[in-house]
Order: sequence, then structure tokens, then C-alpha cells
Amino acid sequence: MSDLPAYASTGQRLWYYGFRIICGLIFFYLIFPILVILPLSFNAEDFFTFTKAMLAFEPAGYSLKHYEDFFTNPDWQQALTNSFLIAPVATILATGFGTLAAIGLSQSHVPFRSAIMAILISPMIVPLIISAAGMYFFYSRIGLQGTYWGVVLAHAALGTPFVIITVTATLVGFDRSLVRAAASMGANPVTTFFKVQMPLIIPGVVSGALFAFITSFDEVVVVLFLGSAGQKTLPWQMFTGLREQISPTILAVASLMVAISIVLLTVLELLRRRSERMRGLTPG
Amino acid sequence: MSEASDTVLTTQDGRPLKASLRKALRREKMRAFLLIAPLLVFVIVTFVAPIVDMLLRSVENGIVEETLPETVQALASWDPSSGQIPDEAIFAALAADLKVAVAEKTHTRLGSRLNYEETGMSSLFRKTGRRVQRMEEGPYKEQFLKVDEDWGDLAVWQTLKRFSPPYTAGYYLAAVDAQQTPDGIKMKPEDERVYLLLFGRTLFLSIMITVSCLLLGYPIAFLLAALPLRTSNLLMILVLLPFWTSLLVRTSAWKVLLQQQGVINDFLVWVGVVGDANRLVMINNQTGTIIAMTHILLPFMILPLYSVMKTISPSYVRAAKSLGATDWTAFWRVYFPQSVPGIGAGAVLVFILAIGYYITPELVGGTSGIFISNRIAYHISSSLNWGLGAALGTMLLAAVLILFIVYDKIVGIDNVKLG
Repeated sequence: MSDLPAYASTGQRLWYYGFRIICGLIFFYLIFPILVILPLSFNAEDFFTFTKAMLAFEPAGYSLKHYEDFFTNPDWQQALTNSFLIAPVATILATGFGTLAAIGLSQSHVPFRSAIMAILISPMIVPLIISAAGMYFFYSRIGLQGTYWGVVLAHAALGTPFVIITVTATLVGFDRSLVRAAASMGANPVTTFFKVQMPLIIPGVVSGALFAFITSFDEVVVVLFLGSAGQKTLPWQMFTGLREQISPTILAVASLMVAISIVLLTVLELLRRRSERMRGLTPG
Repeated sequence: MSEASDTVLTTQDGRPLKASLRKALRREKMRAFLLIAPLLVFVIVTFVAPIVDMLLRSVENGIVEETLPETVQALASWDPSSGQIPDEAIFAALAADLKVAVAEKTHTRLGSRLNYEETGMSSLFRKTGRRVQRMEEGPYKEQFLKVDEDWGDLAVWQTLKRFSPPYTAGYYLAAVDAQQTPDGIKMKPEDERVYLLLFGRTLFLSIMITVSCLLLGYPIAFLLAALPLRTSNLLMILVLLPFWTSLLVRTSAWKVLLQQQGVINDFLVWVGVVGDANRLVMINNQTGTIIAMTHILLPFMILPLYSVMKTISPSYVRAAKSLGATDWTAFWRVYFPQSVPGIGAGAVLVFILAIGYYITPELVGGTSGIFISNRIAYHISSSLNWGLGAALGTMLLAAVLILFIVYDKIVGIDNVKLG
């Protein structure tokens, strides 16, 4: 499939270009919906489509008014604040517990490893609506439904599988003789962990934390059930906005979130390269 | 005996080597367990307990016995198949129970619970509740019948008796459109059946989405695996950016694109493919759900396919061609069979994710494009029939777990990779 050989027949040539056109169309399908909201978010009218002025590239067709609305509307600002109050705490909980457990799971003798792994991974497998339903029942029994901590604990539980998977992946390539070498030179386990093990697994921990953060930051089903009006997050506000009164401010919020995901993607890619470099693999 | 077998090997401090090794192993296990324990406890409390609670709720039926304890006891001796309504003793017990229940305001809850099984129960309990405090001492049966002649209806008492035990399969029966009647389990009347249709539709839409993801994902993964690494890494961004973009952002994008006054329709009208008057209806129906969800789940198909195709050595196809195979034969007989594990992994993953989706169908599915999860959410937040919601949830969970075991067999739970 690489380059077309000089002796290719007409049929092969046709297929070669035809296949690339098909792939181009699929890539277009993948990326177009995300790109189209960026210009639309600068629409000067309250429409969800390109106005004549926009298509003619007239400056009057564009404006920042939807962004202005987002930054001044108390509803959106409260939602933004709530998201940033919930996601970091959930991330810290998930990353802390998850990293410790991943280190424990990577030891050579763990009783019931596969059973434990199945339980720890389960929040990722169970459909969100079922997790949300169960949590709604159980948390209202123990008085956590509709509270800040209820949402934080739920989001932390949903984020832990990602931390376990990413940290375990970095630990697979971890050379255990490094720990023994540190111990033989007199380092205690805590020093060994922070001076030897931690620097090597940190890319896995950080990407796990990013996954946990985005899980919480992007999560809407559980918060819809568990949260009360006081925990209205950004996705919740978007969800109600889309369902009830669709306002173009959503496009401005969506564009900002696309920008956030581009930043996250870049950070993850850099981390992956660093991790591969440290383990002596050439960056892809 | 030789001397060697008598000597027990010891460590430097004089302890037997075997015991010492055992101790070291035990300590290692202990340490591993202590590292895992905090998360295990955390996940069990915040996640596993809620799921178990949901399983219990789907069969729990304590409400009848809690609200009417004496009546339930008295009913034990009553034979529902006798064709006779219960005697005075049972009516007396009911009166006593209801007086307590009305004071605690629990009789309406019981009424709405029993109303799921037999319509009219809710109003019967509310009506009787208003009058029961004014009832006189003495024969209760006639007074009850005067309040509402439904108390003379055999079906009312049969329902009450049937739902006396603390556990019930009633919610599961309702979840498959069946109900318990005095003559055993029967299907509900045709016009009241909703759930089997909804399960069927969930299955159909999930299969449609999985197939479209496969059709669109396979060429992309094939291209990415065949291109040089530098180019494929660049193109990979086009796959990963949607993957990393918020689900709600993508759903809102589709809502904007597919609307009747949206970008796609505007474009089609401008090109002249469709007239302004008959713009396409692509949202709030099954089409909308399939288009948007295929887009959302496509990266989950491409990534596992790509990682499998990356491991297929190009020399196999070259060998096939050098032996005279055409391009198509070489692909179909040599390349494709080797990519089947990737298809399996991607298809099961997409199917698992699709079958439990809630947000996107809720926003772009209208009424014909919704899934069973939307019904679960409806029962929990709107109709408040938690038991039925829990039963539907349990059935969906069972389906997902079975699929996941299949996934585990194909890919292995440890091989799950991200990004």
C-alpha cells in the first residue's frame, strides 16, 4: 500500500486513488463536526448555521458575543467553577489510590490477582447509566446523594481504572533490579520509591491523572443523577442547554473544550515520547 | 542415611532456609496486598456496593409487609384460589394496619407500588386512607365495602397476597412485558408491551452502529498501518482528536449539523439536491442516533484494529503475490484472516459501549432512536418506579458482562491499552 509501483495496471491505479479518496472522506467525517463548530461559535447572529455575511467573510458577520455570554452569564460561570471544584479532587483521589494499587498489582506474588483486577477495572466496563442508577440508590441510602462529596467519590471511582491501566503499562517495562540495586546501596523502601521508581513511572501516572481528570470533567450521566443544583457542572449545563433551550453559547463552550482537548492530546503525546525515551526505545 | 539429607539448610542467623523463604514470600504478598487494599476498599464502597444495591432493589418487595404487617400475617391462612374474598378477621387486621399507615403517611406509597401490578390500587388506597380513621369499631368488612366496592374484588386481594413476600420477580416480569396473573405468568396485552421492543431496538441500533464503525474503521486502520510511521502519526491525530474531544461537544456538533435549519441541510439546499421545502429530517430519529454514535465510537474501532494490523508483516502479502495471487486474493486469503482478532476486539468494544449509551440517544434520538438506558433513566428520575429501573439495569448489566467475558477471551483484560 506504500507507493504505487511503476508497473501498476490501470485497475490498480484506480483502486489506489479510489481507496485514498474513500479514506479522505472518512477522515473528513471524523474531523469535520469538530472543526465546523469553531467558526460557527463566532457567529454574530443567534443561528446554528453559516449566515450570508459569514460566508462572504464580512467582519460584521463575526463576533465574540457568545464567548462574552459564556464569561459573564452566572449560570455558565457557576458550572465552570463547579467543574473545577470537582474534577481536581476526584483526580487526586483516583491517582493516589490507583498508583499505589498498580504498584501492588505489579509485584510478583499477588493472591487473586485476576479477581482483584476485574473488580478494580469494573467501573470502566459497566455502562454509565447502570453505575449512575446504582450510585443513586446507594448514595441516597447513606446520605451522599445530592452532595459535593457524593459526586467527587463517584467520579474518583470512575477514574481509577484509567490510572491503573496506564501505570501498570509503564511498570511492565520496569526493571526490578533497579530497586534491588538501590536497596543494596542502603536506600530504604520510601527513598527507593521516590528516587528510583517514581521518576520512571511518572509519565504513566501523569497520563493516568489526565484520563481521570477528563473522565470527571466530561462526565454527565452520574452527575445528573447524583448531583443537586449546587453541583451543576459544565457538561450538565451543556446537556440541559442542548435538551431544552439550545443557545449558541454552547458552541463557544464547545470550542473552548476542543482547545482544551488539543492541549491534553499534546501533553499526552509528549509524555509518551518521554516514557519511551527513558526506557531506551526510540520515539515513534 | 547420608549426612547431607540430615542437615537442614539454614540462613546465616540459624533459621531453616525454607521457613525463611516462606516468611519472605508472605511478607511480599502482604506488602502487595497492603498497597492494593486502599483502592479495593474504595472501589467496593463507592462502586461495587451501589451495583449490589441495584441488584437487591430489582427483587426487593418489603413494602407490603412493612406497611401492612398484620394483614400479611392474616392473609397467610387465606386461600386465593377459593374464590371467596377474605373474612372479617383479615379486614380487621387491614383496618388496624391502615390506621397506623395513614398516621405515618405510608399508605399512598404502598398504593403506588401496587399500582404497577394492578391498576386502580393507588386510588383505592388513597380513598380508603381518607376514611379509615372514621371507621367504627366492629365489623369492618361491610364498612370497607361501603368505602369502595373494589375491596370485594377478588383480584385486589389476590394481588395483595401475591406481593406479600419480601422478594418478588415482578419487576423482571414487567421488564420482559409479562405479568403474574392468578393463572400463572402471562404476556401483557399487545398494546402495553414496550420493553421487548426497546431491547430489540437497542440490539438493532447497536449492531447497526458496530457494523458502520467496522465499515468505516477498517479502511482507515488499514491505511494507517500501511503508511510510513511519520505520515501515519500525523493522520492519527485526526482519529485521536475526536477521541479526546468531549462527548457533549461532539453531540452538540451533530445537533448543529443535522438540524433542519442546520449546516448539512443548508448545503444540500444550496447545491440543489433537495428543495427548501423538503429538507431532510436527520435528527430526533434513528438516523440521527446512528450517524452521531458511529462518529463517537469510531476511534474505539480504529485503535484496536490499527494495533493488530501493525503486527501483520507485509512479507506475507508479498509472498502471496509472488506466488501468483491477485491483489484481492492476497488481501482476502492472507491479510484479512490475520486482522480478524482486531475486528473481534474492536467490534465487541464498540458494541459494549453502544448498548449502554445514554447521552447521545437522549439528545439526538427523539422517540424512535432511544435505547433501553433512556428508559432506565426515565424510571429512576421521572416515573420513580425504581424497582423496574433496577430490573432493566440488571438485565443490561448481565448482557454487558457476558459480552465482556467474550472480549476478555479475545483480547485479555490486561491488554487494554489507551491512546
